[in-house]
Amino acid sequence: MSIGHTLLGLLESGPRHGYDLKRAFDEKFGHDRPLHYGQVYSTMSRLLRNGLVDVDGIEPGDGPERKRYAITEAGIADVGQWLTQPEKPEPYLQSTLYTKVVLALLTGRSAAGLLDTQRAEHLRMMRVLTDRKRGGDLADQLVCDHALFHLEADLRWLELTAARLDRLAKEVGA
Amino acid sequence: MSGQHSDMSQQHSEPAQALLSACDLRKAYGPTPALAGASFAIRAGEVVAVMGPSGSGKSTLLHCLAGIVRPDSGTIGYGGRDLTAMTDAERSTLRRTEFGFVFQFGQLVPELSCAENVALPLRLSGAGRKAAERTAFEWLERLEVDDVGRKRPGEVSGGQGQRVAVARALVASPRVVFADEPTGALDSLNGERVMRLLTDAARQTSAAVVLVTHEARVAAYSDREVVVRDGTVRDMAGAL
Ligand SMILES: Nc1ncnc2c1ncn2[C@@H]1O[C@H](COP(=O)(O)OP(=O)(O)OP(=O)(O)O)[C@@H](O)[C@H]1O
Ligand SMILES: [Mg+2]
Repeated sequence: MSIGHTLLGLLESGPRHGYDLKRAFDEKFGHDRPLHYGQVYSTMSRLLRNGLVDVDGIEPGDGPERKRYAITEAGIADVGQWLTQPEKPEPYLQSTLYTKVVLALLTGRSAAGLLDTQRAEHLRMMRVLTDRKRGGDLADQLVCDHALFHLEADLRWLELTAARLDRLAKEVGA
Repeated sequence: MSGQHSDMSQQHSEPAQALLSACDLRKAYGPTPALAGASFAIRAGEVVAVMGPSGSGKSTLLHCLAGIVRPDSGTIGYGGRDLTAMTDAERSTLRRTEFGFVFQFGQLVPELSCAENVALPLRLSGAGRKAAERTAFEWLERLEVDDVGRKRPGEVSGGQGQRVAVARALVASPRVVFADEPTGALDSLNGERVMRLLTDAARQTSAAVVLVTHEARVAAYSDREVVVRDGTVRDMAGAL
């Protein structure tokens, strides 16, 4: 995710201090990974340099998080462009899992066992997310669902690969 | 719930813990073995997902566990009794009084209203019409479909019908709920809803749920999963 664009977008509704931006980001998008102040600071410096934000005021005291930032016209245009542009679908062609499966086959280890273990691990993670969804609000549910659908896709791949191991072994010359 | 996995290894060595357990089930339809030595165990209050490729024997396993199909060999223990040694009449009583069922589709009686469908298991066990209907509506409300209670199954959506079916499966407080692809005919949102309601309700009543599904997102509502391959059961927790 582009932290810069996200922070910019948060500024569209009005100027905010660095610490306030961080809090808003963490609350809405941070979930497992809250921002470091360092990240906020370096991102805001970059946006400032590129003319996408202005400094609108500084609170007394030390630290970059006390600056109050306002989005510029160029900043608003930048957010608009980011939102209009589709994300590049990531096909994960160089998947670690694929590499592991082929290496297992080539070295005479159990590729089926590896796939089974991975499958159980994926499902374990899916259970954790599903549990979290039960108690969560809509925002939690949507974020967890996104992760769940991706894990499910991986899991289908694991199943299909497990069903085709014999053929794969022949093709990779194991 | 994190303790489930480590507990699993004990389950086979301590089958006394299990509410329902099957040992070395075999079942063939003609020359094709549908089950080739399948073993399985589930505890009270546990939700176990049964996964695996199409044709691997999941439904056959479920039908054997539920006493609908008699295996060619093997034993099925439930409450200290062997299902395979029971008469058809005994098994049918057991199904009615102790088990609940949810299938992919078509299991509601089309001539009855949704509420009457839900009330049916209670009526069959001798409950009066008024009392059965009252309980039926309580369950419909729990599954958020009390508004379709007076309608016939043909007049409600697939998702609503499936929630009615879940209400019917749970209404008589079964000890075990057998669900074969309960969300198979539903979109993601309705599927999730059915799963949440089914597992919540089962947990509240400590019913065990045998959940056959090929969807990982559905299986994620379970406490653990087993995988059926070529008629045998792989216990994934045990494999770790
Ligand atoms: N009543 C039946 N008569 C004949 N063969 C059957 C019958 N029921 C199942 N089989 C066969 O037994 C095997 C296992 O079937 P089963 O229905 O248990 O698979 P499944 O895992 O539930 O598959 P699916 O995911 O497609 O529902 C299959 O080869 C199937 O063709
Ligand atoms: Mg089936």
